[in-house]
Amino acid sequence: MGLELYLDLLSQPCRSIYIFARSNNIPFEFKQVELFKDSVLGKKPAAGSGAEQPRTGPSNSEGASKVSLLKKVPALKDGDFTLAECTAILLYLSRKYKTPDHWYPSDIQKRAQVDEYLSWHHANIRANAPKTMWIKVLIPLFTGQPLPSEKLQEVMEGLSTSLKQFEERFLQDKAFIIGSEISLADLVAIVELMQPVGVGCDIFEDRPRLMEWRRRVEDAVGKELFFQAHEMILNIKELSNIQIDPQLKEHLAPMLMKMLK
Amino acid sequence: MGLELYLDLLSQPCRALYIFARSNGIPFEFKQVELMKGQHRTEEFQKVNVLMKVPALRDGSFTLAESIAILLYLARKFKTPDHWYPSDLQKRARVDEYLSWQHVNIRGKGSKLFLMKVLLPLLTGQPLPPEKLESVTEELNVVLKQFEEKFLQDKPFIAGSEVSLADLVALVELMQPVGAGYNLFEERPKLAEWRRRVEEAVGKQLFQEAHEGILNVKNLTADKIAPELLEHFKHQLLKQASQN
Repeated sequence: MGLELYLDLLSQPCRSIYIFARSNNIPFEFKQVELFKDSVLGKKPAAGSGAEQPRTGPSNSEGASKVSLLKKVPALKDGDFTLAECTAILLYLSRKYKTPDHWYPSDIQKRAQVDEYLSWHHANIRANAPKTMWIKVLIPLFTGQPLPSEKLQEVMEGLSTSLKQFEERFLQDKAFIIGSEISLADLVAIVELMQPVGVGCDIFEDRPRLMEWRRRVEDAVGKELFFQAHEMILNIKELSNIQIDPQLKEHLAPMLMKMLK
Repeated sequence: MGLELYLDLLSQPCRALYIFARSNGIPFEFKQVELMKGQHRTEEFQKVNVLMKVPALRDGSFTLAESIAILLYLARKFKTPDHWYPSDLQKRARVDEYLSWQHVNIRGKGSKLFLMKVLLPLLTGQPLPPEKLESVTEELNVVLKQFEEKFLQDKPFIAGSEVSLADLVALVELMQPVGAGYNLFEERPKLAEWRRRVEEAVGKQLFQEAHEGILNVKNLTADKIAPELLEHFKHQLLKQASQN
């Protein structure tokens, strides 16, 4: 039994791991976890097509739970060794499979720049970008309430601030965060920023420098792979067609309303 | 000009850095940045970190923010003992796992409690409504349970038998709510034991010295805060309190 990666490509950290592993030809078994199907018992959205059809396994969710006591995805299982947290998994893979140096440079200053971004990311880009999906798609879906516009504005403002800092401190005038080559930092950033794009908040629209960077990142990992990984999130609107069990709606609504406040 | 560390020991990540550097005999110049006086917002400091946050490092012309990045940089540059960031792939992954998870969990909730229990009342002059305190304490309790069950388990330290960056980063964060008056170690014997071990591993005296400020933070009064900053802080903290 080789390396297993428990992933749901609707999730940003899962996409960065998927793209990294595929881009570097790291052999792994894709254990599909469908967060919606497993957590919310909705009907499965149309699966993405692509060169590789991820396998659906009804037991994958349980498997994922055994691997990660906390969030289900992403999770890694390598023999008896289990690991959660996207950054930890990416670093583990880069070390174990000795991926090209630029992903996590051996130069300690360049490496520090990657670490710096990966750390800052959590409380900044990752604090706001995911909320766009909650507000534009999930909350209306589950509560039946229309999109709360002030809340979305608040989130977009927060995201705007983070994007400004991203451009000023991390990207600046360089091709990539550490300079002339792509690293884990760019990958982790880009997948997060695709979440708002998927739900219709195109944050690249008025930001030409970011858009250029995005194009470079897509080219560096491989455009086809990038789009395959993002197919589900870019078609997220189909999720609105899912039938949610009314009892479940009732059960989840108060929690979701709390998120809204 | 050697290594400079820009720190305010009221800040958890600054304490982790301070303890790590001192514990390992790493030579550095301590550049005090007093947050309450707004020294992080000066033009001069922005040259070191445009994001206006502490901690920050300056090593010649190289500047770096984010405590995790700085800790790792120091560990590598000064070749600190292996256990801090083990070369064993799986042990190292355990440390990475904790360092990643902690941002929005232990750090997020611990900071929020401190903010709401100490800073906001200080700045607004209004006491914290008890339900709010209960709610934010409960959030912290949830992540403390996860910390014990998932990360510490029955091991002496997070990565196994020796202290690592993960333990240091965790403990300085947990001291923040303690400074705010929530003695979370009281009814958690396993955590209290782990705390003792970590303190001993870095040096009890150093640990206490680093925490003197935060453990006396109740003595902080509004007049110690630069008046021109009061409004800005209030606004910022109110925003932070409503997030997370």
